[in-house]
Amino acid sequence: MKRKSAKKLAVLAAGAMLLLAGCGSNNGNNAAGSGSGQPTESGASQPVSGSASPAASGDVIKVGILHSLSGTMAISEVSVRDAELMAIDEINAAGGVLGKQIVPIVEDGASDWPTFAEKARKLLTDDKVATVFGGWTSASRKAMLPVFEELNGLLWYPVQYEGMEKSPNIFYTGATTNQQIVPAVDWLLENKGKKFYLLGSDYVFPRTANMIIKAQLKAKGGELVGEEYTPLGATDYSTIISKIQAAKPDVVFNTLNGDSNVAFFKQLKDAGITSDKLTTMSVSVAEEEVRGIGADVLAGHLTAWNYFQSIDSPENKKFVDAYKAKYGADRVTDDPIEAGYTAVYLWKEAVEKAGSTDVDKVKEAAKGLEFDAPEGKVKIDGDNQHLYKVARIGEAQPDGQFKELWNSGDAVKPDPYLETYDWAAGLSDSSQ
Amino acid sequence: MFKNASVRKKILVSLLYAIVVALLAFAPMLLSDFRLNLLGKFLAYAVIALGLDLIWGYTGILSLGHGIFFGIGAYCMAMYLKLEASGTGRLPDFMQWSGVKQLPWFWEPFRSFGVALLMAILLPMALALLLGFFTFRNRIRGVYFTILTQALVLIVVTLMIGQQAYTGGTNGITGFKHVLGYSLASPSVKTGLYYITLAALVGSFLLCRRLVRGPFGRVLQAVRDGQNRLRFLGYDPAKYQMFVFAVSAGLAGLAGVLFVLQVGIISPSMMDIVPSIEMVLWVAIGGRGSLIGAAAGALIINASKSAFSEAYPDFWTFLLGGLFIVVVVLLPKGLYGLITRSGSRMKGGLAGAGFRGRNRAVVGKDYR
Amino acid sequence: MSVWLVQMFNSLSVSSILLLIALGLAITFGLMNVINMAHGELIMIGAYTAYVMQNLFADYFPASWFGAYFILAIPAAFCVTFLAGLALEAGLIRFLYGRPLDSLLATWGVGMVLQQLARTIFGAPNVGVKSPEWLNGGLSLGGGVLPYKRLFIIGLVLVTLIAMYLYIYRSAAGRRMRAVMQNRQMAACLGISTRRVDAITFAVGSGIAGVAGCALSLLGPIGPSLGTYYIVDAFMVVVLGGVGKLLGTVAGALGMGVFNTYFEFWTNASLGKVLVFACVVAFLQWKPQGLVAMRTRSLD
Repeated sequence: MKRKSAKKLAVLAAGAMLLLAGCGSNNGNNAAGSGSGQPTESGASQPVSGSASPAASGDVIKVGILHSLSGTMAISEVSVRDAELMAIDEINAAGGVLGKQIVPIVEDGASDWPTFAEKARKLLTDDKVATVFGGWTSASRKAMLPVFEELNGLLWYPVQYEGMEKSPNIFYTGATTNQQIVPAVDWLLENKGKKFYLLGSDYVFPRTANMIIKAQLKAKGGELVGEEYTPLGATDYSTIISKIQAAKPDVVFNTLNGDSNVAFFKQLKDAGITSDKLTTMSVSVAEEEVRGIGADVLAGHLTAWNYFQSIDSPENKKFVDAYKAKYGADRVTDDPIEAGYTAVYLWKEAVEKAGSTDVDKVKEAAKGLEFDAPEGKVKIDGDNQHLYKVARIGEAQPDGQFKELWNSGDAVKPDPYLETYDWAAGLSDSSQ
Repeated sequence: MFKNASVRKKILVSLLYAIVVALLAFAPMLLSDFRLNLLGKFLAYAVIALGLDLIWGYTGILSLGHGIFFGIGAYCMAMYLKLEASGTGRLPDFMQWSGVKQLPWFWEPFRSFGVALLMAILLPMALALLLGFFTFRNRIRGVYFTILTQALVLIVVTLMIGQQAYTGGTNGITGFKHVLGYSLASPSVKTGLYYITLAALVGSFLLCRRLVRGPFGRVLQAVRDGQNRLRFLGYDPAKYQMFVFAVSAGLAGLAGVLFVLQVGIISPSMMDIVPSIEMVLWVAIGGRGSLIGAAAGALIINASKSAFSEAYPDFWTFLLGGLFIVVVVLLPKGLYGLITRSGSRMKGGLAGAGFRGRNRAVVGKDYR
Repeated sequence: MSVWLVQMFNSLSVSSILLLIALGLAITFGLMNVINMAHGELIMIGAYTAYVMQNLFADYFPASWFGAYFILAIPAAFCVTFLAGLALEAGLIRFLYGRPLDSLLATWGVGMVLQQLARTIFGAPNVGVKSPEWLNGGLSLGGGVLPYKRLFIIGLVLVTLIAMYLYIYRSAAGRRMRAVMQNRQMAACLGISTRRVDAITFAVGSGIAGVAGCALSLLGPIGPSLGTYYIVDAFMVVVLGGVGKLLGTVAGALGMGVFNTYFEFWTNASLGKVLVFACVVAFLQWKPQGLVAMRTRSLD
C-alpha cells in the first residue's frame, strides 16, 4: 500500500511539474505559437500571449535576450542581461521604439552552445523577435551564427572577442583584437618590457589571441618566453606560477577566463609575486570579476578594455547611477555590461532611422550610426558591423575600480581581420 | 484465439507501439518547423537511450561516458558537412584562423558521405571494443568501470579542446550548408531528416529487441545478475559485454550523425561529463530494463528540459533537479515501471531492489 | 634547486587539497557505498559559509578581530554541512541504500538544485572572500616561497586525517560505524541503531566536505559552480585509492597529486591532466580494486 501511494505521489508530482511547464509557456504543439515572455527584474514589461504575430505588430515589438542564466558562464552573463533589460525599460519609459513598447523575451543558454543555437532558432522562428541581444563566449556566438544567417536574423554581440569574423547578421559591440589586444601589446612593449609570457585558458579565444600576439611580438621586437594553456575550470596554478618564475618574463599576458582568474591571482599573490615585481595584463578581468578575486589581490595589475566604470563623463555617470539604483548599490558596471546597454540603444536608433524593424532596413540604417555611449562616442562601421571604440588601459585600484593609465585618444577603427597591419598578413584568409 | 490473455496482451502492446509510431509519423503536420526539429533531436537522443539501456538495463554495465561515442559519430559527420560547406579547395574556417595551411590527412577521407557515415558508426564501435577488451577481460565491473568511463570522457574532451586547429576546439564544428546536395535549411529536407531519424529509431528499437529476446537476452541478464555463476556455467561474460558495449557505441554514433544533421553543431561540451550523465538519467527515469521506457524517458526528459527552460529561464534547473530526485527515489523502475506495475516480471527487476535496500549498505557488493 | 623544492612542495600541496576533497567522499562512498554527486555542492556550501562568516565579522565585530573569522569559519562550515548531510540522508539517501547508481542519479539532481539555490541566494557572480592577514605571505625557503595558506591547508588535512582516524578506529562511535559497515545485521542484533549510524556517517562525510570548501576559499573562486571543478577529481582519488580504506584514499591523493604536478611541469596543464587520468585508467586495469584493497574471501 505504501509503495502504491508513494508512486501515486510521484506521478502527481511529476505531472504537476510538467503541467506547470506547459502552462507557463504557450508553445506546446501549437504550430502558430508565439512565445509568452517572462521578463525578470523588469517591472515595466508585460508578457504577451496570443496567436502568431510578426515582431512588430499591434503596439509592441518583441526582442530576444539570450544569455547563460545557469551553468558556469552565468557568473558573467547575468549582469549583461540586466543591463539590456535596463536599457529596454529606459527606452520604453521614453516612449518606446517607433511609438511601440519593447517586450523582451528572455531565454537561458545554460552555458551550452547547442542550447544557444536552439534558443536562437526558437526566438527567431517561434517568437519572431525583431532582434536578439545575446552571447558571451565565442563558442556561443559561433553556434548562433549559422542560425542567424540562415533565418536572416539580427544578433547584437556585446563581448570583446578574437576577431576574424564579420557576419552580415551580427553587430559586434564589443572590442575586436585591434581595439584591445593589439594596442595593449604595443603599450606594454613600450612601457614594461620585451619578454612576454602568454597564459590562457584552453579554448578558442586565448589560442587565437596568442597567435596574433606572437606575430605582433615578432614584428615589433618582443620576445616570447612561454605560452601555457590550462583547462577550463582549472583551479591550481602552483606549477604554472613556478614555470612563470623560471621563465622570468617582464609581462604576463593573461587570457584566462572566469573562475580560473580568481585562482590564478590569489595564488600569484600567495607566491609573493606582486604587481610591481611582475606586470600582468588581463583582457577578461573587469569590475565584475574583481569582486570574486578581491580588490586587494588584484591591486596594481593591468587590464585592457574600452570602458571602465571610472570614466568621467555625464553619460557614464547617468548610466552607472541608473544601474546601481535599479540593481543595488554594490553592483558594478563593466565593459560587456556597457556594450550590452549600448547595443540596445544602437538598435533603437537604427530602427527609428529605418522606420521599420525589418532586418535588412535596420542594417542599412545602422551604417555609420553614432551614439553617445557611456564609453564615449561610438560609431558603427558599415563595412564590418563593428564599432569604433577607444582603447584604454587601466590599473586595478584597492577599491575595486580601475584607474585609466592610457587611452588611444581617437576611437580606433575596427579591423577584425587585421588587414591594416602588415605583420598580420599571414594570419588568416579574410575572403570569407 | 482472443481468449488467450497473453496473446491479447501481445496484440494490445503491438497496437500501442503502432499508434505511437503513427503519432510520431504525423508529427510534421502538427508541429511548427522549430518544434519538429526539436522532436527530431529528441528521437536521436532516444537512440542513445536504447543503446544505454541495452548495456545498463540488461547487462548491468553503467557507462557514464557514452558522450564520447555520441561525439565521435557526430564529429565524423560534422567533418563531412564542414568540408561540403567550405567548398572545394578551401579550408574550413576554423582551420583558416588557426593558421593551418593544408587540410590534415585524416580529414581527407571525410569528403565522402559514405565514409563519414561508416566511420561515424564503426569508429565508436572500434573504440568500445578496444576499451571493452581491456576492461571486461580484467573483470572491472560496477562502479570502477563507471569511474573509468568518466576518466575517459575527460581525456577525450581535453584532447579535443586542445587540438583546436583540427577539431575546432571549444567552439566545435558548425556552419553547415548542404548534405549530399540537399540544402540543410530547407523545410522539406528537415522533414526528410526527421523521418530518417524516426526510421533509425524504429530500426534500432527492433534491433535491440531482437538482441534482448531469447537466449542472448537471458545471458545478458545473467551477466548483470550473477556473473560468476555464468562463468561457472561455461560462458565468457567478457565476450557478451564487449559485444553489447560495441553495439551501444555504434547506436550512439548513429545518434550523433542524426543529431548533427538536424541541430547543425557539435562541440566537446556535448561529449562532456554532464551530458553523459544526463543520458543515463533519461534511461533511469524512463525505465531501465525496458527498451520502450528508455526511449520514452529520453523524449520526456528532453521535452521537459526545453519546456522548463523556456517557461522559467531563471530557475528551471530547480524543476529539472526536483524531477530527477522524485523519479529516481519513488520510481526505481522508472516511469515505465509505473505503468506495468509488475516489479518482478520486468526485465530490470532484481528482487533485492524491492527491499528498499534497507540492509544493503555493504562494502564490496555492487547492486547496480 | 629552488624550483625543485617549490615543485615538491606544490605536489604535496596539490595532494593535500585532493585528499581534503576526497576524504568526505571516501567516507560516504567508501564506507557506505553511496555515490554522492552532490559532494561538490557540499564543498560549495562550506565555501559560502566562509563568505557568510566573513560578512558577519565585517559587519558586527571590530576590524581588529577580522582575522579570526576564518578560525570560526572552519567549525561553522563543518556544522552547516553536517546538518545539510543529515537532512540529505534523512530525506533522500536512506531510500537509496544498496542502489549506488540510483544514488548517483538522485544526488545529481540534488546537486543541480543546490547550485541553483546558491545562484538565487548569493547571486550568479563569484563572491569575494578576503583571506585573513595572518595567512598572507609565505615562508621563504631556499629561494622559493612556500605560501602560508598552502601550509595551513596541509596542516588542516593532517589534523582532519588524525581526527578521522581517531574517530573511526579509536572511539566507540567509530567502532559502531565499522560494525555496521562490516556486518549490518549482526550489528543491529547487538542493539546498534543502524539508522542513526548511517545518518551520522553520512553527515560526517558531508561535514568534511564543508571544511574542504572553507579551506578552498583561500585558494580559488567561490561561486555556484565551485563543486563542478572538484567532483571528478574527488571520485578519481577515491576509486584509485581503493574503496573502503582511508589509507587508500591518502595513497591515491598522494599519487595523483605528485603525478599531476610533475606531468604539468614537464608538459603543460591540459596534457598533464590527460596523462594523469590515462595513468589512472591504466592502473585500474592492472589493479581494479585500487591501491589499497579490502581483501575479502568472496568472489564478487
